[in-house]
Amino acid sequence: MTEPTDGVLRPSDHADSAAPSDGGDDITQPRLGPVGWMRWGWRQLTSMRTALVLLLLLAIAAVPGSIVPQRSADPNGVTQYFTDNPDLAPVLDKLSMFDVYTSPWFSAIYILLFISLIGCVLPRTKHHWKALRSQPPRTPARLGRLDDHRDVTVTVPEGQDAAAVAAAAVESAAAQLKKSGYRVARYDGRGSFSVSAERGYLRETGNLVFHAALVGVLIAVGVGGGFTYTGQRVLVEGQAFANSLLDYSSFNPGRFVSGDTLTPYSMTLDKFDVNYVAPGQPGGGQAGDFVAHMTTQAPGGSPQDGDIRVNHPLDVQGDRVYLLGNGYAPTVTIRNAQGEEVFHDSVAFLPQDANMTSLGVIKVADGMPEQLGLIGFFYPTMNVLDSGALTSTYGALEYPVLTLRVYAGDLGIDDGTPRSVYTLDPSNMQQLAGGDSGTPALRLMPGETQDLPNGLGTITFDNAAPAGASGYDGSVKRFVSLSIHRDLAGPWVLAFALLALFGLLAALFVPRRRMWVKATPRGGTVHLEYAGLARGEDPTLAAAVDQMVEKHRGSLPAESASTDPSRPDTGKVD
Amino acid sequence: MPGPNSIFLDEISLLLVWTAVGVYVLAFIAYAIDLARRSDLALKAKDQVVARELVTAGGGGVLDTSAGAPASGPSFTDKPRYLWARMGTALTALAFLFHLAATVLRGLAAGRVPWSNMYEFALTGLLLIVMVYLISLTRYDLRFLGSFISGLAIVLLGGATLAYHVDVTPLADPLKSVWLVIHVFVAILATSLFALAFGLSVVQLLQTRRERKLIGAPVEAAGRRSFLRTLPSADALESLAYRFAIIGFIFWTFTLIAGAIWANDAWGRFWGFDTKEVWTFVIWVLYAGYIHARATRGWRGTRSAWLSIIGFSAVLFNFTIVNVFFKGLHAYSGLTQ
Ligand code: HEM
Repeated sequence: MTEPTDGVLRPSDHADSAAPSDGGDDITQPRLGPVGWMRWGWRQLTSMRTALVLLLLLAIAAVPGSIVPQRSADPNGVTQYFTDNPDLAPVLDKLSMFDVYTSPWFSAIYILLFISLIGCVLPRTKHHWKALRSQPPRTPARLGRLDDHRDVTVTVPEGQDAAAVAAAAVESAAAQLKKSGYRVARYDGRGSFSVSAERGYLRETGNLVFHAALVGVLIAVGVGGGFTYTGQRVLVEGQAFANSLLDYSSFNPGRFVSGDTLTPYSMTLDKFDVNYVAPGQPGGGQAGDFVAHMTTQAPGGSPQDGDIRVNHPLDVQGDRVYLLGNGYAPTVTIRNAQGEEVFHDSVAFLPQDANMTSLGVIKVADGMPEQLGLIGFFYPTMNVLDSGALTSTYGALEYPVLTLRVYAGDLGIDDGTPRSVYTLDPSNMQQLAGGDSGTPALRLMPGETQDLPNGLGTITFDNAAPAGASGYDGSVKRFVSLSIHRDLAGPWVLAFALLALFGLLAALFVPRRRMWVKATPRGGTVHLEYAGLARGEDPTLAAAVDQMVEKHRGSLPAESASTDPSRPDTGKVD
Repeated sequence: MPGPNSIFLDEISLLLVWTAVGVYVLAFIAYAIDLARRSDLALKAKDQVVARELVTAGGGGVLDTSAGAPASGPSFTDKPRYLWARMGTALTALAFLFHLAATVLRGLAAGRVPWSNMYEFALTGLLLIVMVYLISLTRYDLRFLGSFISGLAIVLLGGATLAYHVDVTPLADPLKSVWLVIHVFVAILATSLFALAFGLSVVQLLQTRRERKLIGAPVEAAGRRSFLRTLPSADALESLAYRFAIIGFIFWTFTLIAGAIWANDAWGRFWGFDTKEVWTFVIWVLYAGYIHARATRGWRGTRSAWLSIIGFSAVLFNFTIVNVFFKGLHAYSGLTQ
């Protein structure tokens, strides 16, 4: 017994809308003019069915991005995929399978979905706005036809007028409904008194807020992303960073970010700490409690201390600084045959495994007869495998060893081609030590110095620990890789997302219902009818009607109230 | 940090897990016997009434689901005395207690919340599924889902313990966050509600099929033996499935938002279409589709039930296959690759 849903405007194929008499709105009518066709198309686009199909398409379209590596999330995975599947990869690339979420087809789906959403929400908003200021509708003539209705017959006490009792009963019902948050209107006449009440406009408001907030999320992501930048930088203990384009090792600005308007500030990595679970314990060797102790300074301000931990970025002047990675940065000094220092630096070595076996490259461009390149392995706790190969068995500095292969020749850095500081291209170089060169690789512990092959000079693995330190603790510096972000989208996205959540709560759980109480005087009695009608999901309607009756009973002439026990609990099909 | 007794506590916890699984098996058997016996207990007459009503109603679908008690079939609030079902419930409650103790001990052994690797997700996840089921029983008679719930507990809890049990280890840094507590817990809670909605949707489909056959069928055919006769109508099942699903959907929406906040703290971006993020999103969209379907003429009923089933399949897929086999930042299954 569904009556047409007036009061709430829904797409024509909404389950609660009146079924169209011609048996479906997708029957193509013959001879539509261009305007007619456009109207028809728009109605299709903003129908529930289209929204539903687009939602399902969106879900399906999102899946490939979790199967095939994505350039945005996993660029190395994409490269690997091309190597592993040389035939398939180019085909997938043509289909934007490596950039699913920016692909034309994915975009088409969500843009259509959002057009549909706006086309759906705008007219409903207008309609709802009107509904919010209109009266609850006239009381239906036959309340008994509604599923949830109760009857009570009251005997009028001696000496009282039945009409007056009926009017008073309806008046008190109206007051009671108003107190429970209903909007009420009185409809008296034709020999009876009645009050019509409606509540739960918040349900539709919530629905509209929810859908509108989704648009907000999309816009915040799209526009806010343009004002966002991220940059990376590696800092060795003791090093400082100034927030300018030059000081970043990589920088990804949004469309509207200009590189020379970055907020000026500087920060220094004072010290990096990490704890290792001792071997033999559960999770032995596992590293944790990473913390980078920083000093930050705004121009004209005084230096401030701040820590960066995983999950706890540091806020500096509106930027957020994240700890992305860490590792060892052995300090190496190289002198040429004349004893002049040609290289002195702490070089970040990239960790290769959980025990911090680390790989790094040292490039000496000047001061030697030929350019010199060294590929180094650093083992914080060196051990020898059965195969004779070296390995690290623990992440902390228990027995730190640095081994180096030495190459001489052309580093390939003079022609301006950008080269990663972490890789060495030895194709134009001759190997002097390590590998098949006939000379063993250099092997050093902190504080040790050795001769370079061919009498080129010496190399020192500097001990970075302060004088008097015991063991190897602190003998090798640490580095951190930091990621620096300015994110203008985030707070807006969050605000809209929370708005959507609250809208959703209202849209799903606020019951929207109508209630009627009607009193008809009949000689010495007054016939009271109570009825409720759900507008949308409302599992508690029956209970609400019962409660209404129960509460109202108190305001009726007490000694003579008699309830009709025939509470119908099945839909009367009459 | 794991305390000195952690290995010992975890061993007791494991013992309790297996006890719980054993009792779940007994519960499953009791529930299965209950379903098998129900058709005998049901009154033939009742079905004939149902058949007549459905015929007069003109082919179903006209019955207003919002109208409190459905026009046909027993309702959720009737609680007939099915002996085996009662035993099943009692056994489930007992198994739940063992399960709860196992979970708490695991948490104590680890010195943190017991949901930070695959094994622990399964442990806590199934605990909540059973808990939500038991709580729901106080309001609705859902004991016909008992064999589904206990079956799920047996397969997933037993399977996860065999395949994924790992010793207690300290948390990796990225997991040290209040969001581990909130985000993951709410996700598990949502999953529990989706699981119940799933069970109801499956029964709804069976019931729809039976009701369709009933219409226009001779009365003898309507009297065919089936436990479905003792269950509420498809409409009522659908409404209840929907109720569980929307509460689940709210929690899932919150999971999505909380996950984004956490990702922003941990990785410096709130959304990056990482594998796990993709699947959380896909599930969210699927359930949004389900909610729409229920409000769309022509989709309400059977088709929306299928969406609820697909939605929960995606949840299970996300928990099992995606966690174990897919590459991504959320590589916290605790299993060594
Ligand atoms: C981004 C895409 C969309 C999402 C994620 C979405 C999600 C939702 C959700 C979760 C609900 C349930 C909450 C409620 O009842 O208010 C809902 C309801 C609704 N949506 Fe959407 N929606 C989307 C697009 C649309 C579009 C394009 C339309 C218009 C055709 C639409 C029309 C409706 C209507 C009419 C309801 C009320 C259903 C009812 O009466 O129960 N939605 N939507």
